[in-house]
Amino acid sequence: MEKFKTVSGVAAPMPLVNIDTDMIIPKQFLKTIKRTGLGANLFDEMRFNRDGTEVEDFVLNKPAYREAEILVAGDNFGCGSSREHAPWALGDFGIKVVISTSFADIFYNNCFKNGILPVVLPKEAVDVLMEDAERGSNARITVDLENQTVSATDGTEFKFEVDEFKKHCLLNGLDDIGLTLQKAASIDSFEAGYTAKAPWV
Amino acid sequence: MSAPKTLYDKIWDAHVAHEAEDGTCLLYIDRHLVHEVTSPQAFEGLRMAGRTVRAPEKTIAVPDHNVPTTLDRANAETMTEDSRIQVEALDTNAKEFGLHYYPVSDVRQGIVHIVGPEQGWTLPGMTVVCGDSHTATHGAFGALAHGIGTSEVEHVLATQTLIQKKSKNMKVEITGSLRPGVTAKDITMCVIGETGTAGGTGYVIEYCGQAIRELSMEGRMTVCNMAIEGGARAGLIAPDETTFEYCKGRPHAPKGAQWEMAVEAWKELYTDEGAHFDKVITIKGEDIAPSVTWGTSPEDVLPITATVPNPEDFQGGKIEAVRRSLDYMGLKPGMKLSDVEIDTVFIGSCTNGRIEDLRAAAEVLKGKKIKDGMRAMVVPGSGLVRAQAEEEGLAQIFIDAGFEWRMAGCSMCLAMNPDQLSEGERCASTSNRNFEGRQGYKGRTHLLSPAMAAAAAVTGKLTDIRDLV
Repeated sequence: MEKFKTVSGVAAPMPLVNIDTDMIIPKQFLKTIKRTGLGANLFDEMRFNRDGTEVEDFVLNKPAYREAEILVAGDNFGCGSSREHAPWALGDFGIKVVISTSFADIFYNNCFKNGILPVVLPKEAVDVLMEDAERGSNARITVDLENQTVSATDGTEFKFEVDEFKKHCLLNGLDDIGLTLQKAASIDSFEAGYTAKAPWV
Repeated sequence: MSAPKTLYDKIWDAHVAHEAEDGTCLLYIDRHLVHEVTSPQAFEGLRMAGRTVRAPEKTIAVPDHNVPTTLDRANAETMTEDSRIQVEALDTNAKEFGLHYYPVSDVRQGIVHIVGPEQGWTLPGMTVVCGDSHTATHGAFGALAHGIGTSEVEHVLATQTLIQKKSKNMKVEITGSLRPGVTAKDITMCVIGETGTAGGTGYVIEYCGQAIRELSMEGRMTVCNMAIEGGARAGLIAPDETTFEYCKGRPHAPKGAQWEMAVEAWKELYTDEGAHFDKVITIKGEDIAPSVTWGTSPEDVLPITATVPNPEDFQGGKIEAVRRSLDYMGLKPGMKLSDVEIDTVFIGSCTNGRIEDLRAAAEVLKGKKIKDGMRAMVVPGSGLVRAQAEEEGLAQIFIDAGFEWRMAGCSMCLAMNPDQLSEGERCASTSNRNFEGRQGYKGRTHLLSPAMAAAAAVTGKLTDIRDLV
């Protein structure tokens, strides 16, 4: 996984609440056995007409946001299906950060496994950033994971919380299976004791 | 004496294989269920890193999301090319890594969350994961069960553990008994209506109270299945005699002395008196009505006797979301829900594809016909549910009423196979999600119980089951 670096740029506003993973990547695109190439179908049913032409007023089709690396979204982003295709599609499109007041649990975890940073901020902060985002290329938002801050265009800084271990993995691009396998001895000894107590498992 | 623990605390504590200083744990996984859509990339990852499956004997694979449900599905041509590739990939991976495997041709094949319990893979006190959010279903056994992403699938395959931090405890108590015509589906939808789709985020819910105790295992699975729709990582119900009775004699349940030993251990799986819950919700069983959804989020739920709400009745970002929902659903504020006309009925899914669900729907349909022009299908949750329903004469009731009697799979719940709604079609569905496009591009979904779905098939409208029986 690539190391996560500070992101600074235009943010796309998606104020709709409860954006679910079916919206992020509809099921017809889950019939792949690869992790790549899903960006072309990110938000497919909102972004494209049935004939494949673009829906003009969809945010990521507007010139200012076509290269956006940050999404500012409504509450409970990523709810519904556990499909990791959602962060794969976001990442493949070029999104590196999603900012919202809240995320669904599984989606939130999936982001970290794919080099995407989900940032939770209070409503007042998200409102400021949403307004910034609405201003398109006239505004820039900066997300600094090392210092756990998001800076609005006028320089206002919002501090965010993130789990230390997740932050460490994201900043260093670490593969957590490798890290866990270093603890194989702990797993072995746990398993031996547990199986003795619950042999039916 | 140690501090009183919740059921969740007890299962969690029994599975921590390693705990780091910051509280990050390696949670040991007892059962890993695998299906064809969220696993190919995980197996590919294993191969690329030269890793293997640590515990194939605890890993169960079954294709369900993509598989056709038509009777001629043994013919590979009934599948689209990309679906066939995914099903074949699962076949290859299951055989290469030596997993327990139920292929499409096996009578035991079905929806992974129905096959697991049916075969006795899911047992009380276990940790169960699957690359599917409806893994919450297995919580009905007092097992800690939740959905994971594909990277985590790979992590579990390689290490039999998951990197986790503990969630908070929420108690949802349903007191008293349910009124006639009210089912487990109505309980779980009513709870989501109460908490909202994000109300459970960061929590594991324990459902308790008399109305929960009075449910069968099938009903309890329906309740826990939709815990994720309320945002909760998992739902739990403490095991009791009903649970033990269900598990006993299942192919992979313990036998003989081990069975006795297991039941003794399972009897300890309850929340201790005085244990702490971070959030408590109490609902009176008798206050729950037969319910339906009107919008495009599972929290958009109301009793069937209600009217379509007005966007202005909501607050914040939900106002715009409701406006969008009503436009998508083709509904107007003030309209009676019982006046909403339906053209398709889907009975099935991991929420309501079990034998009890089919019995409830057949009970309503006995001696009746579905409305002219109605498309109605029953997709049993597994081949064994299908066989049992045929034996009990339920299949014939469905067929006589005008329903299509299908083979097992996820089918129109997420419409990855050919079972889809077309644009503007309106479906009364026993599934779990009413999201935009979920059952087909611009398809419209109303979630409800199997009996209510059967009633809608007969009248052609969303119908209060209490008026029909």
